[in-house]
Amino acid sequence: MTGTVPLNAYLILSAALFAIGVIGVLIRRNALIIFMAIELMLNAVNLSFVAFSRFLASMDGQIIVFFVMAVAAAEVALGLAIIIALYRNKESVDVDEINLLRG
Amino acid sequence: MEWLVFGPLAAVALATAVSVIVLRNPIYCALSLVGTFFALSGLYLLLQAQFIAVVQVIVYAGAIMVLFLFVIMLLDVGHEPPPWLRQDTPRLVLGIGLVTLLLLELAVAIGSWVSHGIRGSYTSDLVNAVGNTQLVGRLLFTDFLIPFEITSFILLIAIVGAMVLAKR
Amino acid sequence: MMPEPAFFVIMVAKIIVVFGLMVLSVAYLTWLERKVLGHIQVRLGPMRVGPHGLLQPFADVLKLMFKEDIVPQAADRVLYFLAPTLALIASFISFAVIPFGDRVRLFGRSIDLVITDVNIGLLFVFGVASLGIYGIVLGGWASNNKYALLGGLRSAAQMISYELSLGLSVVGVLMLSRSLSLVEIVNAQSQAWFIVLQPIGFLIFLICAVAETNRAPFDLPEAETELVAGFHVEYSSIKFAMYFMAEYANMITVSAMATTLFLGGWRGPFLPPVVWFLGKLFLFIFLFIWLRATLPRFRYDQLMRFGWKFLLPVALANIMITAAFVALR
Repeated sequence: MTGTVPLNAYLILSAALFAIGVIGVLIRRNALIIFMAIELMLNAVNLSFVAFSRFLASMDGQIIVFFVMAVAAAEVALGLAIIIALYRNKESVDVDEINLLRG
Repeated sequence: MEWLVFGPLAAVALATAVSVIVLRNPIYCALSLVGTFFALSGLYLLLQAQFIAVVQVIVYAGAIMVLFLFVIMLLDVGHEPPPWLRQDTPRLVLGIGLVTLLLLELAVAIGSWVSHGIRGSYTSDLVNAVGNTQLVGRLLFTDFLIPFEITSFILLIAIVGAMVLAKR
Repeated sequence: MMPEPAFFVIMVAKIIVVFGLMVLSVAYLTWLERKVLGHIQVRLGPMRVGPHGLLQPFADVLKLMFKEDIVPQAADRVLYFLAPTLALIASFISFAVIPFGDRVRLFGRSIDLVITDVNIGLLFVFGVASLGIYGIVLGGWASNNKYALLGGLRSAAQMISYELSLGLSVVGVLMLSRSLSLVEIVNAQSQAWFIVLQPIGFLIFLICAVAETNRAPFDLPEAETELVAGFHVEYSSIKFAMYFMAEYANMITVSAMATTLFLGGWRGPFLPPVVWFLGKLFLFIFLFIWLRATLPRFRYDQLMRFGWKFLLPVALANIMITAAFVALR
């Protein structure tokens, strides 16, 4: 075993985390947990950004991660507000029951 | 040496990520996700991105997940039956099939990938000498000034939007 | 590049000393608080166990350890145990980056009187501090008790609100010191303490620090008169003791932060640095107790309005003024 962890190890981990996030969105029905799975996917991508940033000796990846975090914070504030509004109307956070737009 | 740190952190990240999507109680899901964020923060430290690592903890673990917990407790969301007990096997199979395909594609892509990236000038020695936070800060206020300002605008919109949605 | 073995020995020694001192001072802080509160209210406070009640903390610990550990039937057992542990860990960890003295020479090597000097020390403290919320919110939820849940939710809202102003109040300090390392921040105060250059920042920091530690007059999460005891109603025995220790350890931590950021840390003439550090620390702790004895509790809407409509704008204005000052210099 050599000293440093190669870039590929980080990329594989990142891909696996992203896939777990996708599965979460596909199999869960609770809007809150779907939301968490989306956060998981964002974080998986962040990991590869930071890994690339390190292995290409560039800071840009870390800056992008910084922006992703800011946008994620905004997204969570809005998303949770929407979920609360939905709960007030439907008494449920099950995405199967949220079909207001279905004619 | 690095593997000794990377291995456990990666294992924790994967295990907690899986429990986010399989546990039934939303509170446990949220806490597992906090675990994932911590493991990722550790990996960022390993990648010499100290600033991002700490911001990860402050923003994700300290703010976003607390909001999640807050909403889960406020809404008193009940337990959901585990996905494999629900009567929609076709969708489950389709979903997992698609994800397997995605994983295969990613594996092939990563396996056959050769870096053509242009190497930047921020070597590990430079980062250690100047400091990761200082470098990120300098870039944010020079090369990335306009995106930075736009980010603040997005956050403002989000605050106003959340207020409007919650006030109704 | 492996560090030499002596490095590990020194590190472990520092951790043990700091941890031991923290535990001991947390224990004696409870004694001090009861004593000071007693004298302010013209009574004597604990007098029975040892001279002037000096052995009271040990009696308390023994008593709490032998009490029955009650877990409510409908409680979530895992989280019910995890919550106080988290609170305690979060309150102790931040001390790892706080410098409590200058470099000293001991046994022929120079030792920094700080467990570790990281280049993101200040952010580290904030990160750890923001985790303290989990202990309280989860404890409140896991107890499965309405009062506890209300206390937990209140504290989450309160801590998030005041953390913003807390973070913004130290930005001025950062601009003046040009570093996030707490060691560097102390070094930057060799000319003038930041309380002189940042009086508004200091006041905001102090107010927010009281709110973050859930102390009077911001002790709404555990308001005895309205919420029985808030998030820890159901807790007894050693788990209750853990919450109690966490609160007092938090007090010590924020006092140490205020000392480091605004009062020049260990800097001071004549006396040895560690004495100066502990003296300033004690000043803040006394202030905490004094506040508790003097001020009535805020109402919830007052608390929120004060945090969002007064502290936050003032903190932002402080940053603008400091930035202009730094840019023009």
